[in-house]
Amino acid sequence: MRTVTIVDCGLSNIDSAVRALEYCGGDPVVTRDPAVVRAAGRLVLPGVGAFPEAMRRLNEAGLTDAIREAAIHGERPVLGICLGMQLLATAGQEMAFTQGIGVIPGDVTPLQRADATERVPHIGWNTVEDIGDCPLLKGVPPLSDFYFVHSFHFKPNDPAHMMGQTPSYGGFAAIVGRGLAFGAQFHPEKSQANGFAILKNFVGL
Amino acid sequence: MVKIRVMPTLLHRDMGLVKGERFDSWRRTGSALQAIKVYNMRGVDELVFMDITASPDGRPPDFDLIDDLADECFMPMTVGGGVRDAEDIGRLLGVGADKVSLNSHALANPDIIAEGARTFGSQCIVLSIDVLRGPDGRLEVMSHGGKRPTGKDPVEWAKRGADLGAGEILLTSIDRDGTFQGYDIALAKAVAAAVDVPVIASGGAGDYAHMADVLRQADVAAVAAASIFHFTEKTPAEAKKYLKKEGFNVRI
Repeated sequence: MRTVTIVDCGLSNIDSAVRALEYCGGDPVVTRDPAVVRAAGRLVLPGVGAFPEAMRRLNEAGLTDAIREAAIHGERPVLGICLGMQLLATAGQEMAFTQGIGVIPGDVTPLQRADATERVPHIGWNTVEDIGDCPLLKGVPPLSDFYFVHSFHFKPNDPAHMMGQTPSYGGFAAIVGRGLAFGAQFHPEKSQANGFAILKNFVGL
Repeated sequence: MVKIRVMPTLLHRDMGLVKGERFDSWRRTGSALQAIKVYNMRGVDELVFMDITASPDGRPPDFDLIDDLADECFMPMTVGGGVRDAEDIGRLLGVGADKVSLNSHALANPDIIAEGARTFGSQCIVLSIDVLRGPDGRLEVMSHGGKRPTGKDPVEWAKRGADLGAGEILLTSIDRDGTFQGYDIALAKAVAAAVDVPVIASGGAGDYAHMADVLRQADVAAVAAASIFHFTEKTPAEAKKYLKKEGFNVRI
């Protein structure tokens, strides 16, 4: 069993991430302690919530620097899920400009409808194209569906950090990655077989 | 393109699941945990869980029950019934709800919608609207499990809710609920045309063709159904196969 440290900022649904990671061969540990985060072998940052409130809580708990150090200097595998993915960016524009954790350079901006059939928030199952030879998508059939529920999206500054794309809203980042730090805009823990394949790949990194 | 969702609704009352007709005449159909385990195996798109007596009984959500159910639920789950404020929303998300549905308390105090959206994001705030069509055809939003008239027009209330930050509208026709006569298409059409957020049509599905009818005529993102999935042999998977054949973009 590989230990997976789940960062709990008190806004998110930790239980389903814990259960899904157990199912996928991980040994989840939930923490708010920056020292535990710094020492972690691999990190999951789940997330439901609004960007400013989540960053406020991470900053207050001293977790922002701990996550950035573990990801960038420690080169530990990190997986941000949904809002957790967006928090890896340089900054977010949800409600107010807010500094992010700054692991993967980019901004989090509102989804724009490409045509009248698209609605915001983007809620439901949609496809992800592997455009960056993404290790998380290894073994996942092309154009598999994953569950999304979000109004904002991550725009990486470097196109090479875009690893999976969803062809709606003009095409947005479904998976970003830099080194061993990844973010998934969808919820792997709620995406059944395809989602579990992603989590298994992450636990195996 | 995002897929059309087919969502079973679990109506919970007094410790078990029930099926009703026009928000009345409840009959027991089994336990929620059992239903969730079955839907897990069937790879259902998303579940709606409604504690339908919470608000009428003046009761808060049963957080322990939701916690137990969410632990077994490997699909997205929207939870509603008795949600009073942002604190309740936070607790429900914390125990495993993916989205939280507001209804009676939001009608009494619409600021709950804005407060929930500000703290947790619009994407997890669902505004549930129960609508009664009067004998003259006039539509009215009802609260407290369909028991109290509000004087509100569903289209105006949906617009106001979306403006305040609701990220999705769960639109239920009380007249059609449990009747197997088909969705109230005119209602779904009017509300879906008035807002930019996704709308879920609910109430009245009697066969798969009813789902195709409302999807074809109203711009709804999802169809929800309770009675046909819990009281007949029909399943969400068969519904999606049918819809696929009819040319709809569904996840098989």
